Amino acid sequence: MDSGIEKTKELPVQEITIDTDTRDILARETKYQKEKGFADWPIVDIDAHHSEMTSWRQVIEYIEDPILLHYAREFQSRTGGAPGLSNHTPGLRYQDAGGRIPHQQQIAEPVDDKSVHRDVTLVRRSMQALGLDYQVLFPGNLLQLGTHPQPRVEAHLALAYNRWVCDTILPEDNRIKTLLYLPLGEPEVCHRIIDEFSERQGVVGFMITSVRFKPVHHNSYIPIYRKLEERNLPLAFHAGLTWTDEWTKQTDLFISMHAISFVLCNIVHMTNWIIHGLPERFPNLKTIWIESGLAWLPFMMQRLDSEYQMRPSEAPLLKKLPSDYIREMHFSSQPIETSNMKLTEATFDGINASSQLMYSSDWPHWDFNAPSTIYDLPFLDEQAKRNILGENALRVFNLDRPAGK
Amino acid sequence: MVKVFVGVESDFEDRGRRVIEYNDTEIGVFFVDEEFFAYENKCVHQGGPICQGRILNRVVEVLADDRTSQGLTWDEEDVHIVCPWHGYEFNIKTGVHPGNKNARLRRFDVSVEGGEVYVDV
Repeated sequence: MDSGIEKTKELPVQEITIDTDTRDILARETKYQKEKGFADWPIVDIDAHHSEMTSWRQVIEYIEDPILLHYAREFQSRTGGAPGLSNHTPGLRYQDAGGRIPHQQQIAEPVDDKSVHRDVTLVRRSMQALGLDYQVLFPGNLLQLGTHPQPRVEAHLALAYNRWVCDTILPEDNRIKTLLYLPLGEPEVCHRIIDEFSERQGVVGFMITSVRFKPVHHNSYIPIYRKLEERNLPLAFHAGLTWTDEWTKQTDLFISMHAISFVLCNIVHMTNWIIHGLPERFPNLKTIWIESGLAWLPFMMQRLDSEYQMRPSEAPLLKKLPSDYIREMHFSSQPIETSNMKLTEATFDGINASSQLMYSSDWPHWDFNAPSTIYDLPFLDEQAKRNILGENALRVFNLDRPAGK
Repeated sequence: MVKVFVGVESDFEDRGRRVIEYNDTEIGVFFVDEEFFAYENKCVHQGGPICQGRILNRVVEVLADDRTSQGLTWDEEDVHIVCPWHGYEFNIKTGVHPGNKNARLRRFDVSVEGGEVYVDV
């Protein structure tokens, strides 16, 4: 230009708020994928969330127990507490860091399409922005349900949510998948859920919420694992937070509690799972450890290997080292730790990430990871990136390859 | 180096901003304490839209002379820009993270000429 001054354009969104469209919030990722040339890769997100509590009035109508249904309806009109019957943790309110991270606080953007449930539209928008071919969707607050003081309520809420999500969300878009909630508090209900829902559209396996305080190797659960293995259905352990056990009660800030509890629960369950020989008892059951990050895994491998070799008499079902079993398990990638890239690289090597790790976003939570977090890892070759971003999940969940990819 | 027009100086309120795009580079220009500061709209953490985040004062912990904690409060001077993706915070005048000096936003020079605000790209 003659003046030497270049014109610019203002971005349509000057400040991101709870009302900002998901596609605008994530626009930088969309743009980045096109710039780097991986927008056309198959990408599967194996852990994202929707806020089932915003649909709670619909969900509770699926409760089959007439008295619990009555209470759930009655509790809806009460103010000041958690939505009826749930054991929603008040501490979760800290997640958005005092309003600093709007998408964690609330997804309040306008949705005009009334032909499908609002959550379907929101999922589609996040998939578009993140370049996803499939997204595995989980609830939010219900991940706390494993600590509900009433196992019967846990079971009936799990049944109700599972029916609601299978009726309302999953049939609307074949790209939306889920691993359905198993209420271990009532094992017989877990069998009902597997029998009733394993063939429903979008169900690619089942999930145990890791925040619970009964050992996962208990004999009452063994028939559940056997049934899942027989039907070739993966089992996920989805980590979560707790601020009520004796250890996390000593952490008086959300950052401290969150950093520990999301890992501690899966440390306990994985230890029991391996030491009690579940991988030997169910060699064809695929297990997936979700949302504990990855930095805990080298610790687990070395710690369990060391102790097992000194005390094999306490774990007689094992035929190889604990780390050998861990290398055969699957993991979701989020929240990935990268402050020391050498340690991250060693972790990837240790867990055979190229074949075992699957990308997850955890969208719309505050510590989500976009696909570029995998693409940008400096030590991965292209095939490893492709495997982690999509190919491993296509294989593990037996998903149809996206057209043209 | 190209001089890029951002806006009219008088249109900026205290703690106001203008996030612009020039040749695929997004830049946020902030007006704080009568000064302009400009950064690329790309968080050093995971590439998030840092300049479209909230502007809040830094949080500090008050220690008494005996080093006992007296709780948290707002710093009266330090202003932060917070990434809306994950919460990374940077001093809006320096572009540096409060606890990681290596985490720095890409900075642009700002000039005001005849009441108009420009960044050098």
